[in-house]
Amino acid sequence: MKANGDEPLLSARNVVQEFVVRGHGGVKGGVVQAVSDVSFDVRAGETLGVVGETGSGKSTLARSVLQAPRPKAGSVRFQGTDLVGLKGRRLLEARRSLQMVFQDPFGSLDPKWRVFDLVEEPLVAYGVGTRQERRQRVREVLDTVGMDPDVYGRRRPRQLSGGQAQRVAIARALTLDPALIICDEAVSSLDVLIQAQVLNLFERLRGELGLSYLFIAHDLALVKQVSDRVAVMYLGRLCELGPAEALYREPFHPYTVALLASIPSPDPDAPRAQAHAAISGDPPSPIDPPSGCRFRTRCPRAQERCAVEVPEMRELAPDHAVACHFPVERGTALSP
Amino acid sequence: MSGGAPADVRVEVGAPPATGPLLEVGDLRVDFRHGGRTIRAVNGLSYALSVGRTLALIGESGSGKTVSSRAIMGLLPPSATVSGSVRFEGEELLGLSDKAMRRRRGADIAMVFQDPSRSLNPTMRIGAQIAEAVRVHARVDRAAARDRALELLKLVRLPSPEQRLHEYAHQLSGGMRQRVVIAIALASKPRLLIADEATTALDVTTQAQIMELLRDLQRQLGMALVMISHDLGLAASFADEVVVMYAGRAVEQAPTRELFAHVRMPYTKALLDAIPRVERPPHTPLPVVAGRPPDLAALPAGCPFAPRCPNAQDMCRETAPPLEEGSPGHRWACWYPCEDAA
Repeated sequence: MKANGDEPLLSARNVVQEFVVRGHGGVKGGVVQAVSDVSFDVRAGETLGVVGETGSGKSTLARSVLQAPRPKAGSVRFQGTDLVGLKGRRLLEARRSLQMVFQDPFGSLDPKWRVFDLVEEPLVAYGVGTRQERRQRVREVLDTVGMDPDVYGRRRPRQLSGGQAQRVAIARALTLDPALIICDEAVSSLDVLIQAQVLNLFERLRGELGLSYLFIAHDLALVKQVSDRVAVMYLGRLCELGPAEALYREPFHPYTVALLASIPSPDPDAPRAQAHAAISGDPPSPIDPPSGCRFRTRCPRAQERCAVEVPEMRELAPDHAVACHFPVERGTALSP
Repeated sequence: MSGGAPADVRVEVGAPPATGPLLEVGDLRVDFRHGGRTIRAVNGLSYALSVGRTLALIGESGSGKTVSSRAIMGLLPPSATVSGSVRFEGEELLGLSDKAMRRRRGADIAMVFQDPSRSLNPTMRIGAQIAEAVRVHARVDRAAARDRALELLKLVRLPSPEQRLHEYAHQLSGGMRQRVVIAIALASKPRLLIADEATTALDVTTQAQIMELLRDLQRQLGMALVMISHDLGLAASFADEVVVMYAGRAVEQAPTRELFAHVRMPYTKALLDAIPRVERPPHTPLPVVAGRPPDLAALPAGCPFAPRCPNAQDMCRETAPPLEEGSPGHRWACWYPCEDAA
């Protein structure tokens, strides 16, 4: 990681998250190694994107940061305080500036509540201000996300469209004036035109409120759109982390190369998503992940060493690290 | 659009040359009665699809793309009123008896849906499910059906097919389940496959695998494909022709290459512009149109896109533009279409 004078806003070190599953109906039981030894920083004012496929552990990582549930090992320092080990009130206080927006806005908004009360709720929970002051704050944040409080304040979630409901969820996350918002597939269920509106809203808020984001999504183009740096996860481990532009232009990890080759381009003259350049098969089970590098069973560059030795993250370019014994050389990743 | 690409270069797509249309949809309308209101979900949709070709129906939620395909399959609830015509190999499908339709459905036309786990029976082994589909359409004994099931699993390139025959849906990944669903759809050797957001729920690497698979199968079996998607990128990569739908209407329709080189309808342009692209540097603001699609029970008088359209004039708010051929093979419904980017 780059040496930086001031401490990063969020600093996760060697985070491990595991779940025990019972075997049943032909499904093998065991320990799901959902997140294994993951370290990263989110610097003040930046957006760190996290991409990965289903089962890569990206959502579990987000929840581990929030201590929901607490990681099995490692540390998560937020604004200088290690959240791992904090309990009750002290955890709540430390987490106040750390908010989350989920994929399904209707799942995260109580259908019986009105928009006004939904957005006010975090303020009530933290005992902020008088009723008058809280109402004022709710009007402010609804305004900030582009919803007229007089029109939408008294509506219930079912009277909102998907895009509007997601704006309410964002307003809720903003009420406590957070420093960092974790977005877990926050625009993935929205239609493309509404998605663009909400993405632009995230970008505007970042500038206006000095927010940082941990932006998690499976869509690589979407993540690049909003991110300063991007982390790529595979089967619970970090593969690559680097500046967005460099990582997409000249990826080091064969998995990143495969992901990028799979994106269909909205340009018929662009080469078709290259199935042969992409990878075959499905990711192995996180219950019994491959030894050494977890990507080796699908990797075109894998050699004996990959089965024996877990590749450590190492910096190959400024601020750009990769966990691979045989990284793709610069200039050979994509066709000229 | 990325300019500079020569639009008139025809690339051999590998599909057989177009013959008479396999499927001909004419002025298809679907109305739903709901609480005393009439919702016009599909409003005058027409297209033709030839053997071995791929047509993409593109649009947002509620644009009518799925409803129109269910109308073709005869899968709409009784509350729906369907009019217009749907001809398959020249035979009119609308108005067929349930029994006659059932024979067509599955045998000649099959459909694959977004969520593979909902299309599979969780209590039945994979092999038995495929064998059942085989025996519905062909009079073969159990052993022959099982052999055919294995053949189909090999065809859709499911890893270790012999073993998978004895497994249940929950033991497979999402991508593997979708392969099984496709195997079942292919059991009857359909002439037309309708894939409704068939790869939307899948990861990007799996999506690429399934789309490649569908394309190969199409070549191998000479099957026509209607792909329903919200993803213009997917359409650009895999379709021969694209129909863009908005509020129940086709608003632009053209061969894929022509469409992407010469976008005319401002809605299509808005869709294209709003897609995040890896080629753009981070933090580039996305061009957006405000608002959202209209309520289908209270459509505006003129063009349904007019309230959100940057090109809209008074005329657009008064009279809905018809879908007309503006250049060879390219139709659009717009009074003030976009110009080619310089």
